Amino acid sequence: MNADKRYWTFGVVCLFLIFSFVYPAYAEGVAHTSAEVANGHAWWFWPLLLLVVTFAMGIFAVLGGVGGGVLFVPIISGFFPFHLDFVRGTGLLVALSGALAAGPGLLKLNLASLRLAIPVALIASTFAIIGAMIGLALPTNIVQICLGATIIGICFLMVLAKKSEHPDVPKADRLSSVLRIYGVYQEISTRQVVDWKIHRTPLGLCLFIVIGIMAGMFGLGAGWANVPVLNLVMGAPLKISVATSKFLLSITDTSAAWIYINKGCVIPMMVVPSLVGIMLGSFVGVRLLVITKPTVIRWLVIAMLAFSGIRALLKGFGI
Amino acid sequence: MSGNLENALKVGPEQARYASILEKGMYLGLVLLLLTFLVYALGVIKPYIPIGEISRYWGLNVHDYLQQANIEDGWGWLRMLRYGDFLNFIGITVLAGVSIICYLAIVPLLFKNNDKIYVVLALLEVVALSLAASGILTVGH
Repeated sequence: MNADKRYWTFGVVCLFLIFSFVYPAYAEGVAHTSAEVANGHAWWFWPLLLLVVTFAMGIFAVLGGVGGGVLFVPIISGFFPFHLDFVRGTGLLVALSGALAAGPGLLKLNLASLRLAIPVALIASTFAIIGAMIGLALPTNIVQICLGATIIGICFLMVLAKKSEHPDVPKADRLSSVLRIYGVYQEISTRQVVDWKIHRTPLGLCLFIVIGIMAGMFGLGAGWANVPVLNLVMGAPLKISVATSKFLLSITDTSAAWIYINKGCVIPMMVVPSLVGIMLGSFVGVRLLVITKPTVIRWLVIAMLAFSGIRALLKGFGI
Repeated sequence: MSGNLENALKVGPEQARYASILEKGMYLGLVLLLLTFLVYALGVIKPYIPIGEISRYWGLNVHDYLQQANIEDGWGWLRMLRYGDFLNFIGITVLAGVSIICYLAIVPLLFKNNDKIYVVLALLEVVALSLAASGILTVGH
């Protein structure tokens, strides 16, 4: 898609959203002079704020190098009047949509590896179903506390985890050889051709059990955990890890999302503004990427996450 | 670039097919979601929960929400498609269901390549996703 077409699409979607919110708000105001209020505001205040906040979130997610889902659940559950059940359902759909939007391109560029993703996805998605069921069965305050602790853990992971552009994999392990998980890709900038293979596959697959459970339980998406495991544990090159992780979310989050959809944790008035907000924000974020300092933004994202994590902990403890 | 390297850099047929179906499903789901939301938000079709009353429900846990709004869980939304708010579930279902179609579409290619392990893995994934989508796996607060 060329730049002009993108700007047109962006403009049309913005107009669509403004019209979608302004018209019903106006009509409702005419029909009922005393419109329904939610937390001291007219009903449309929160969905509109959700659109604005998720738009900003989309920008920060791109600039901070994280997925939208990991920002969405702690921030929206911490500062909006929506119940955690609906926030998790929406969070999974937000992460799923981002993954669906990026997945086809990454597969076509041969950066996401289907052979690597299929076994990993089977484990992660199966355990995401179990995680979703655990998350929906536990009392909300317990989930809030676990969510807070997980978010703070993610902050530490973001600060401490190193990344390796091309990890040293002396020999592919037996399992990855049997599954023929290896490949070749070309660095577009340097034209360098990179052969890759992986090792420690059984350990990596075991770690995806934990990742799947957490993704399903908290509706977080799981890019924050997928990339370190694929890159540092299994030894996939960073580009392959990031791309495969993004594609992987389209499968992991699908399985957990179905549990939340079937349970009824989907309110369209929350889902659509969030989804469109994040997507438009990501679009702007990509444009801003060339003129901002990612390190500063990354620290800002970590600070935002830490604050939301503490807020989730306090909410869980009823403070 | 040598022919061998060119072949190695080429995307495999199953990956290309998966990507192509995923892309179409993603666009279809997003367009349906945006259009049905427009129908809902503009009041073209009457919603089940009046748009101004939705804020009464989003603070409740899902069990209380379903009970108080008298909404069925699982695939019960199919019976409520005459309402504007439930129309949005069509797009959501397409987005959540496209991966199952992608997996089913690559099975014949994997089978043709005699890639038995991946045929089994792909079919197991279809079973897992279908089980999640079926609504059989239910939990409660």
